[in-house]
Amino acid sequence: MTATIAPAPGHDLTPLPTKVAKKLGSPVGRAAVWMLAALWTVPTMGLLISSFRPEDDIKSTGWWTWFTEPTNVTLENYSGVLENKVNGLPFSDFFWNTVRIAIPAAVIPIVIAAFAAYAFSWMKFKGRDLIFVLIVGLMVVPLQMCLIPLLQFFGSSYFPDALEGTPTIWLAHAIFGMPIAIFLLKNFIGSLPSEVIEAARVDGASHMTIFTRIVLPLSVPALASLAIFQFLWVWNDLLVAKVFGGGAESQPMTFAMVDMVGNKGNEWQLLTAGAFVTMIVPLIVFLSLQRYFVRGLLAGSVKG
Amino acid sequence: MLVILKTLLTVGAGILVFAAILGVLYWLASQLHEPWRERARVAVFVGPAIVLLTGLVLPAIINLRLSFHDRNDDWYGFRNYVDIFTDEDNLLVMRNTLWWGVMVTLASTVMGVIIARYADRMRGEPVAKALIFLPTAISMVGAGVIWNFVYSPKEYGLLNSMYQLLPGEQKTQFFLQENTFFGIENNFIPGINTFFIMIVVIWIQAGFSTVVISAALKGVPDDLVEAARIDGATDRQAFYKVVLPYIKGTIITVATTTTIAVLKIFDIIQTMGKGGSFGTSTIANEMYEQGFPQDNEGLGAAWAVLLFLLVVPIVFVNARNQKAMREAR
Repeated sequence: MTATIAPAPGHDLTPLPTKVAKKLGSPVGRAAVWMLAALWTVPTMGLLISSFRPEDDIKSTGWWTWFTEPTNVTLENYSGVLENKVNGLPFSDFFWNTVRIAIPAAVIPIVIAAFAAYAFSWMKFKGRDLIFVLIVGLMVVPLQMCLIPLLQFFGSSYFPDALEGTPTIWLAHAIFGMPIAIFLLKNFIGSLPSEVIEAARVDGASHMTIFTRIVLPLSVPALASLAIFQFLWVWNDLLVAKVFGGGAESQPMTFAMVDMVGNKGNEWQLLTAGAFVTMIVPLIVFLSLQRYFVRGLLAGSVKG
Repeated sequence: MLVILKTLLTVGAGILVFAAILGVLYWLASQLHEPWRERARVAVFVGPAIVLLTGLVLPAIINLRLSFHDRNDDWYGFRNYVDIFTDEDNLLVMRNTLWWGVMVTLASTVMGVIIARYADRMRGEPVAKALIFLPTAISMVGAGVIWNFVYSPKEYGLLNSMYQLLPGEQKTQFFLQENTFFGIENNFIPGINTFFIMIVVIWIQAGFSTVVISAALKGVPDDLVEAARIDGATDRQAFYKVVLPYIKGTIITVATTTTIAVLKIFDIIQTMGKGGSFGTSTIANEMYEQGFPQDNEGLGAAWAVLLFLLVVPIVFVNARNQKAMREAR
């Protein structure tokens, strides 16, 4: 894409770009970033180390004492989590339940919100700005307040009770994620250069064409970051699944974790391993979407 | 195997049905004649979102009605609101919530800007950002366990162990478990225990602001920065005069999102603050405590309305800012 950049009038910038841009930032700044990153990791590292320590050690000494005898490790906590049966179901069932809930519950609201964000930015209709402000205001409506009225609606005979309540969980997540998704995407899509959209419109492109061919490709970084967070909220959710889902056989991993600790009383050391098991997929999602935070998508589309 | 197949089928079916509905709606809209076609297309773009949002609007209206009723559902006028603004404990709840909004938003947004700026194009940028993001990926259950290893008064509590390293006999500190801190009553603002929970939330939220601001930073055209530098701007000037104004919209967006998320802070108050004990309660927590365990739905609803009102000015400033930015272009 960089090849299409038109040099700003008066400057011939072609030999310079990477060299000059690389200098922005300083050794002190970089050191600060690494220090913060290290500081941010200390609590998680404590959890990681703990998850490999025997139960007695976890409950009697600090995780940092492990450094004095680093051979004292065990996989007991992990096998404890993975082999544990919750309501007679293996832990892996709950993993797949989470997958089944999380993917559509992340995809559906983002698609709907992207359409709405486009409409709020580039379509003209009466009351557009007012409706948008109201939607942003809805961000504050706390989930806990809506649970009972929504439950009454979903529980009524008008709503099909299919697939052990999984579609209900999808819808609930879509509802709760909608305001913030629209807000974030509207801010991004609305700030795309109007010249690009206008040019397409003059060429006779329909809204759907502009949306799919121009707006979506240009919004990839925003979509990727929203996808990460919507996925994360859904993946780590317990409350919505518990309220809107069916029995244990439809419940996510978080349910299994809490149930495990509740039933086995004092075995909270299993949570150290459990926290990592639930964390693996969000991390993979983050790392694989990170490369979509690419530079220069807008290059060449606006005059510098 | 069976469970994997079932998962894939359900996911596939769900997404297909959803896409099919959208497609059919748009096709139907395209069959109409002008001016109805344009209107119908607008409806297809915004409609699904509006339909879903009624799921939030209706409960909000029910809630408004409830806030004027007492626990027996009799008309109660403004007395729930009077209660909120006069009761000493309720005032602390309100102060706590405001501190939450200010401190956590400020800290995590500034963190996000600093990391996004200095990590940009740095060697190992993905690693550094992944480390900052790590806490965001951990479930609330996991975060509770992690910070128990920090605050616990037992041998495995990091802070207390570090404190014991000081010379002399040190008294164990009970973070989040009592109202005194190093022998001092903490009735000043905010309750020191609230502050301890804030640290945890800043730790979680920084990943969000870093990722979003960093994504925006990648959108700043290189030629802008280069032009500024060729005109003799230093790094600092180029950042403050060119890059920062360019991503201002995103920063405001992040700050707004964080403020609203934080004003609603609930789960962690329930777990780490033991349901709002020792001066840690917030509005959202109080809403739940009054609404469910204490069975005083009217007061809980009044808290919810107040929370909504608190956000209105933020949204208003945001909308005006957007409009100004659009007109400036």
